[in-house]
Amino acid sequence: MIELRKIWYYFSRYIDGFLLVGILTLMIIGLIVLYSASGANVSKVSHQMINMAVALVIMWMVANIPLQQIKRLAVPMYVLGFALLVGVAFFGEINNGARRWLNIGITRIQPSELMKIAIPLMMAWYFDKHEITLRLRDYLGATMLLMFPVFLILKQPDLGTALLIAASGFYVLFLAGLSWRIIVGLSITAIGSFPVLWAMMHDYQRQRIMTLLDPSQDPLGAGYHTIQSSIAIGSGGIIGKGWQNGTQTQLDFLPEQSTDFIFAVFSEEFGLIGNTLLLLAYLVVIGRCFVITANASTQFTRLIAGSITLTFFTYIFVNMGMVSGILPVVGVPLPLISYGGTSMVTMLLGFGILMSIQTHPKLIKT
Amino acid sequence: MKHRVELRNHPIELHKFRIRLAVSAAFVVVLLAILYVRFYYLQITREEHYHTLAEANRISILPLVPNRGLIYDRNGRVLAQNYSAYALEIVPSKVADIEDTLDELATIIEITAVDRQRFRKLMKESKRFKSLPIRNRLTDVEIASFAANRYRFPGVEIKARVFRQYPEKEIISHVVGYISRINDRDLEQLELNGDLTNYRGSHHIGKIGIEQSYERELHGITGFEEVETDAAGRSIRVLSRTRPTSGNNLILSLDLGLQEAAEKAFGERRGALVALNPNNGEVLAFLSKPGYDNNLFIGGIDQENWNLLNNSIDRPLNNRALRGIYPPGSTFKPFMALAALELGKRSPEYSMSDPGYFSLPGVNRRYRDWKPGGHGRVNLHKSLVVSCDTYYYSLANDLGIDNIHNFISQFGLGKRTGIDIEGEVSGLLPSASWKMKQYKQKWYAGDTISVAIGQGYNLTTPLQLAFATMMIANNGKAYLPRLVKQIQNSQTGHIEDVPAELLYTLNLKPSHLEIVKNALVDVTRPGGTAAKAGANAAYTFAGKTGTSQVIGIKQGERYNEKSINERHRDHAMFIAYAPAENPQIALAILVENTGTGGSTAAPIARQVFDYFLLGKQPESTVAQVTEVLEDHAHEHL
Repeated sequence: MIELRKIWYYFSRYIDGFLLVGILTLMIIGLIVLYSASGANVSKVSHQMINMAVALVIMWMVANIPLQQIKRLAVPMYVLGFALLVGVAFFGEINNGARRWLNIGITRIQPSELMKIAIPLMMAWYFDKHEITLRLRDYLGATMLLMFPVFLILKQPDLGTALLIAASGFYVLFLAGLSWRIIVGLSITAIGSFPVLWAMMHDYQRQRIMTLLDPSQDPLGAGYHTIQSSIAIGSGGIIGKGWQNGTQTQLDFLPEQSTDFIFAVFSEEFGLIGNTLLLLAYLVVIGRCFVITANASTQFTRLIAGSITLTFFTYIFVNMGMVSGILPVVGVPLPLISYGGTSMVTMLLGFGILMSIQTHPKLIKT
Repeated sequence: MKHRVELRNHPIELHKFRIRLAVSAAFVVVLLAILYVRFYYLQITREEHYHTLAEANRISILPLVPNRGLIYDRNGRVLAQNYSAYALEIVPSKVADIEDTLDELATIIEITAVDRQRFRKLMKESKRFKSLPIRNRLTDVEIASFAANRYRFPGVEIKARVFRQYPEKEIISHVVGYISRINDRDLEQLELNGDLTNYRGSHHIGKIGIEQSYERELHGITGFEEVETDAAGRSIRVLSRTRPTSGNNLILSLDLGLQEAAEKAFGERRGALVALNPNNGEVLAFLSKPGYDNNLFIGGIDQENWNLLNNSIDRPLNNRALRGIYPPGSTFKPFMALAALELGKRSPEYSMSDPGYFSLPGVNRRYRDWKPGGHGRVNLHKSLVVSCDTYYYSLANDLGIDNIHNFISQFGLGKRTGIDIEGEVSGLLPSASWKMKQYKQKWYAGDTISVAIGQGYNLTTPLQLAFATMMIANNGKAYLPRLVKQIQNSQTGHIEDVPAELLYTLNLKPSHLEIVKNALVDVTRPGGTAAKAGANAAYTFAGKTGTSQVIGIKQGERYNEKSINERHRDHAMFIAYAPAENPQIALAILVENTGTGGSTAAPIARQVFDYFLLGKQPESTVAQVTEVLEDHAHEHL
C-alpha cells in the first residue's frame, strides 16, 4: 500500500490534475468522433490511442523537468531548428510542390514542427535575459529571432505553419510588453502591405483567399472543402444527426474528415449542443492555462506559458474558423481531437511545460 | 547569480503582465464568441438550407451514357464500332502524389511513357475530381493483378468503359473522322445548343468527319439513375432508373470496296479522289491520301504521334478531297467549251489555226501552248481531245472573265458543295469584282488568258471538280453530294433513307452537251490525252486530263520536270465518268507532284471504273509508275 502510494506520488507529483482531466476529456471526445469519422475503423482509432499515449508520456517527462533545465535547452533547440530549416531550403524533399521535409538518413522530419516550440522558448529566453532593461531594440532583436525562421517556412511554402508560428512569437512580444503604439502601428502597416504580400503569394494561396470570399466560385475545386463542411455543420442543427449518422460524413462528402475537418463531423453529429459543450471543454483547459500563466513566477515562465496558452487557442480558433467557413483553409489540425501523432506530441509537449511551471517550486533557494 | 534573477519579481512588472494577460483572455473570449455566432448562424438560422443541401448531397442523379451509333458502308461493312473493355482510371484529387502512384502502379501493370504523357495532358485539361484513364484495354491478367493490389491504391479504380474503334483506319479516316475527349470549346458549344444535359457523363464527342457532322444522330439520349452516393460517385443504392437511348446507326453511300480499289490504285502517291453517283449525288468514294490512323485520337493523342502526323511533309491530317485547293488545269476546259457553245461565242464547226502560242492584240507577250509548234487546225472537239491551250486562250479573250465566272460557277466551282461533313473550303473562281475587292486592282485581259486553262487565280477542291463532272455526266443536274445514305433507328431497327436532294437543274442545250460529251469520250480513245488509260475499256469512258501548276514558269522558260524539286512538280488531274451513255459514276482525281493527268491520274480512274462497273480488282501500280516517268517527257497536258 505504501509502495503504491509512493508510485502514485512520483507519478503525479508534477502533473496538474485539473489540466490533465481537461486534456483527457478532449482526447476521449476525439476518439469517439474519430471512430465515426473513420467509418468505424478500429485500427485507426487504436493507432490514435497509441499517438495519445506516446504524447502523454512525453508530456509527463517534460512536466518532470524543472524549468531551469528547459530554459537551458532554448538556445540549442532554436539553433538546431534553424539549421534544419536552412537544410530544408537547400536539400528538402519536394512533395506536392512544397519543400517541407528533410531526410536525415534515419527518417524524414519536418523542422517547422520543432520550431513551433523552439521559437517561443527562444524568445522567452531572450526577453528573460534582457529583463532589466527592456528597450525597443530588445523587441527588435526578438522580432528578428522570429522573422528569419518564419520567412524560411513561408518560402517552403507553408503559409499555415508560418502564420501560426508568427502568431506564437507575436504573443511573446505582446506579453513581454510591446508598446501598444507599435502594435497599432504594425497592424496598420500590415493592412497596408497586403497588396505587396498578395503579389508575393503562390497561386494556390491566392486561390484559397479568393475561395474563402466566395466558395461557390469553385465548388468542385478549392471551394469544395468549405462548402461540404458548411453543409455538414449547418445540417447538424441543434441536436445533431446522432453519432455515426451524419450523412455528409458517412457518405464521404466531407473531405479530410479524420484530420483537419474532424470538427465538421463532430458538429454534424452532435449539433449546436455538442459544439457548446466542446467549446466549454476547450474553455476550461484554456482557463486553467491562463491561471498557470498568471501564477508563473519568472519572466521566462510567464512568457512561455502565455505563448503556449494563446497558441493552443489559436489552433482551435483557426481550425474551427476554417471548417465553419470564416477563415481560409490552411491545414491546421484541431488540437487534441484531429487524427495524427505529430501535432498531438507538439501540443502535449506544450502542456508538459505548463505543468512543469505550475508544479515545480516557484522560488528556488539553494 | 542565476537565483537572483529567479527571485526577481517586480510588483509593477507583474501588474503590467497581468493586464496584458487579461487583454489576451478578453481576446480569446471575443474570438470564441465569434465562432459561436457562426455556429449559431449555420446550425439555427440556416439549418433548413443546409439540411436541404445535405439531402441533395445524398441522393444524386447519375447519367447513364448511351451507346454511340455505328457507321457502315453501303454494303454493311463496319467503319466505326464499339467494344467494351476495362480501363484503369485515377481520380487525381484522391491521390496524394500522382507520380508516386504511377510508379507503384507500373510495378503491377504496364504503364508506358506515352501513357504517362497522355495522362498528364488529360490532368491539365480536367477537373481534379474527374476520373481519368491511365490505361485502356486492360488484359484479364492485368485486371486480376490490380484487383489483388487494389487496397494499395486509393483513388485508382478499374472501370468498364465502351470504346470506339475504326477498323479501316487510314483508308476511311478522312470520311469517318474521329471522336475524342470533350474539351472546353466543345462544352461551350454544347451549352450554346442547349445539349449540355444530354452530355452529362459523356466523355467523347465527334471532332471531325461523319463523327462530327452526325453527332446528333450518333450520340443518343443520356439516361439517368437516381442513386444514393458518396462524394466519389460510388453508388450505394439505386432508387430509380431511366434507360439511355442508343445513338442511331449510319449507313453511308460510300462503297468501301471501291474506296479500297481507289486506295490500291493510288499506291504510295499522295492525292485525292472523289466519286459521286451522277443520278443522286451519293458519294461512292472519298479518298484523301495519305490518311491517318483515326483510332489514335480517341483517347487523346500522345505528343509523339501528334508530332509525327502534324509535322509530316505529306500532311496526312489534311483532307485534300474536302479542303485541298488546286488550280483545275485543263479539266477546266470542258466547262469553257460548254460556255462557248451556250453563250454563242463558238460554233462546233469553227476552227482556228494553232501556231503554238497566243498573243493579245497589240501585245508582244506570248501565251504558249503545251505543245511546241501547236496542234495545227483545231475545232472545239479537237481542242478537248488534244487539250489545245491556244484555242482556249483566244476563246477566253472573246468570252471575258465575267461571262466565264457567271457561267462556270453554275457548275459549283469556287463554291462549297454543301456535302454532309464540315470544313469544306470554297476555292475560287475569279471575277473582275472579286479582284477589285481582294487586291483593289482592275481585271486585265491577260488575267483571263490563264484562267482559260484552269490556272491563274483558279482554285478548286477535288470535291468541287467531282461535283462539276457529275453535272456534265447527268446533263446539268446539281445533286447535293452526301455521304450518309440511310439512318437506322437504334430502338426500332427501322432504316430510313436520306432522300436525294436536287439543288437545281441547268438548262443546257442537249446538242451542246452532246458535242462536249463526245469529245470527252474521244479523250480516252487513240489520239486523246488519256488514250492509254482508256485502251480496251469494256465500257465507254469519258474524261479530261489536266495538270495543275505548283510553281509559275517564267516567260521564255520551259517546264523541265527532272530539274524541279519533287514537291514543286505539277499535280496530275483527271475528271471522268462512265459508262458515257448512261453514267453511273463520276469522279475527280488529283495526284500530287506526279506530272500530267493522262499518265498518272487517268489510269487510277480506269482501275476504279473497272472495279465499280466490272468488279475487277486493281493490280499493283508499281509497273505503271515506272512507265509513267518515261511518259512524262512527251505528254504534258
